Amino acid sequence: MTAPDTSSPTTTLNRPSFATTTGAAESLRVEDLHVHYRTRAGIVHAVDGVSFALAAGERLGLVGESGSGKSTIALALLRMIRPPGEIVSGRILLDDELDVTALAEAEMRAVRLARIALIPQGAMNSLNPVARVGRQIVDGMRAHGLNLPERERGRRVDALLGSVGLRPEVADRYPHELSGGMKQRVCIAMAIALKPSVIIADEPTSALDVVVQRQIMATLGKVQAELGAAVILIGHDMGLMAQFVDRLGVMYGGKLMETGPTRPLFKQPLHPYAQVLIASLPSLEGEAELVKIPGQPHSPLAPPSGCVFHPRCPRAFAPCPSVVPPLAEVEPGRRAACLLYEPVRAAAGLNGAEPAEEPGR
Amino acid sequence: MTTLIEADGVTKIFGQGDAATVALDDFSFAVDANAPSITAIAGESGSGKSTAARLLLGFERPTTGTVRYRGQDLRALNGRDRREFRREVQAIFQDPFGVYNPFYRVDHLLSTPIATFGLAKGKRESQALIETALATVGLNPADVLGRFPHQLSGGQRQRITIARALLLRPRLIIADEPVSMVDASLRATILESLLTLYRDFGISFVYITHDLTTAYQIAQTLIVLYRGSVAESGPVGTVVKQPQHPYTELLVRSIPSPDPDQPWQAEAALDDQPEAVALRGCRFAPRCPHAMPICRDDPPPRYASRGSAVACYLYRDNPVVANGDRSVGSAVAVD
Repeated sequence: MTAPDTSSPTTTLNRPSFATTTGAAESLRVEDLHVHYRTRAGIVHAVDGVSFALAAGERLGLVGESGSGKSTIALALLRMIRPPGEIVSGRILLDDELDVTALAEAEMRAVRLARIALIPQGAMNSLNPVARVGRQIVDGMRAHGLNLPERERGRRVDALLGSVGLRPEVADRYPHELSGGMKQRVCIAMAIALKPSVIIADEPTSALDVVVQRQIMATLGKVQAELGAAVILIGHDMGLMAQFVDRLGVMYGGKLMETGPTRPLFKQPLHPYAQVLIASLPSLEGEAELVKIPGQPHSPLAPPSGCVFHPRCPRAFAPCPSVVPPLAEVEPGRRAACLLYEPVRAAAGLNGAEPAEEPGR
Repeated sequence: MTTLIEADGVTKIFGQGDAATVALDDFSFAVDANAPSITAIAGESGSGKSTAARLLLGFERPTTGTVRYRGQDLRALNGRDRREFRREVQAIFQDPFGVYNPFYRVDHLLSTPIATFGLAKGKRESQALIETALATVGLNPADVLGRFPHQLSGGQRQRITIARALLLRPRLIIADEPVSMVDASLRATILESLLTLYRDFGISFVYITHDLTTAYQIAQTLIVLYRGSVAESGPVGTVVKQPQHPYTELLVRSIPSPDPDQPWQAEAALDDQPEAVALRGCRFAPRCPHAMPICRDDPPPRYASRGSAVACYLYRDNPVVANGDRSVGSAVAVD
């Protein structure tokens, strides 16, 4: 990874190179995570065997449609899954040593915000409407164990606001006196108050206009670079992913379909779902055409057998309805969960079932 | 041309005195009754795009100006004409979850308009109409009939609202953010249903959106609103690929491209004031990199430039587009 330039938000957005997980220290490792929701109608496997790693300082995107499990992963990483949801199995390792799933709730509270922080969906609307911004930032720090002396506090709040591009006066304002973009920047300031090494941003710009979105992402990129923190950006906007993250995980039906560095994933997606998803993206370049993805998403209560995408997959073949494809390395640094690829078939213990066509893209 | 619906210098102000907000300012727009068209009205939140939709549907009354349906003021329609207006001009909204009564099956939802407007002579004919409409929007009747709304996906629900609108054989559908709550994999399917209605049934659309990319995919004409004022209008390809108003330019550059090789070029200047809206003059002047003294004094008229109408003094050497002149600022020159 190149040394991030912290001088202006513009320069930290489009980074020429990407971090790889090999060799670099890992901020986070998720191993075979399963999260279930027990409903009256049955068990929903919201996250179904997801594994990934996050290098220090890396930007990872998790992209998926509603019901793909991406937001459930965010909550699971912070141990914020509430009944009827439950982390059923799997490990979540912070900085190679701390298994978050094994912590007692009191211990977990010390980890949240200090080591792993969440900017939740709709964060800006969760600010307390009757408390001034500065006080809310101080309260947040105190709730997670940081008690600063009175004089220190003001200086710390000013510095935090400054790092997200807000003037010190904002500390004395109430949330309703701020624009949506300013409120979201306050939420980013809160998330970085204790200098976490992992920041999870769940759709941080989903309620904001496109012009403001650009500013928020620039702010997030800037504070991340200053902290040297890793970021997991969760969302459904492929354009945002293409412009912000180093590496991307594409989710469907609670599983990772493909992971890999952003540029090759967009240029030559491996998994048929990623292929149709990227082909269907509207763009202002070239001709205006509509590319459809066939079929409907399945009911979360009744996932299809075998590969969860096979009923909609344009390239499904004989074993797809019965064999669950594991996520396996297809090219160096790139993984896909699709039986079109020999390494995946080998990992599934499937020999001889060749696809009729080559997995050309 | 026979005008189906027309907004003539419409201004909508909410609130009074100091609390007054100009939601839409001197908005003029028309849909031809015979030549089908798709017009996108695009803008960010607070741009007035939904207010424009609600005025055209008769849900709001203009503060000044007039909305006309086939030449008659919408407020003055008699019972029969009002009923015909309600059939000819249909609406589709953003949230396909919110518009359904959860206690009724899909069948009820589709048979009600048929009964209300007397479109079929019996149960069998009604059923046939429903099945045809569902098939037109790409739904298998067997998959959706007999079901309750919560048993359907968002994409299916939105297509059912489109089928429902189609049943009435409208001349115009006003679609307010119809795909913004629909997942990416289903968005193209919904947009294609709209295009099918336009191509095969000659139904016009007013497509209200915050997303220029989907506007580019389906519309011929694009109207860009900023804080209630039309910044720029013209053929969609011109407005999107060669934006002329500084605001349109900012908007286009702010869209993150799904191509990692296309850098995100928009300004990263931060807004640290909650509202930066001019009270007089050009609404965009406080944020505009090209603002001149004149911009802060008087609102700019619309200037003709490259087939578009651009409300910006940068184009003040060009001819002014007269109010009601529809030969500039739309994809199809009409007279």
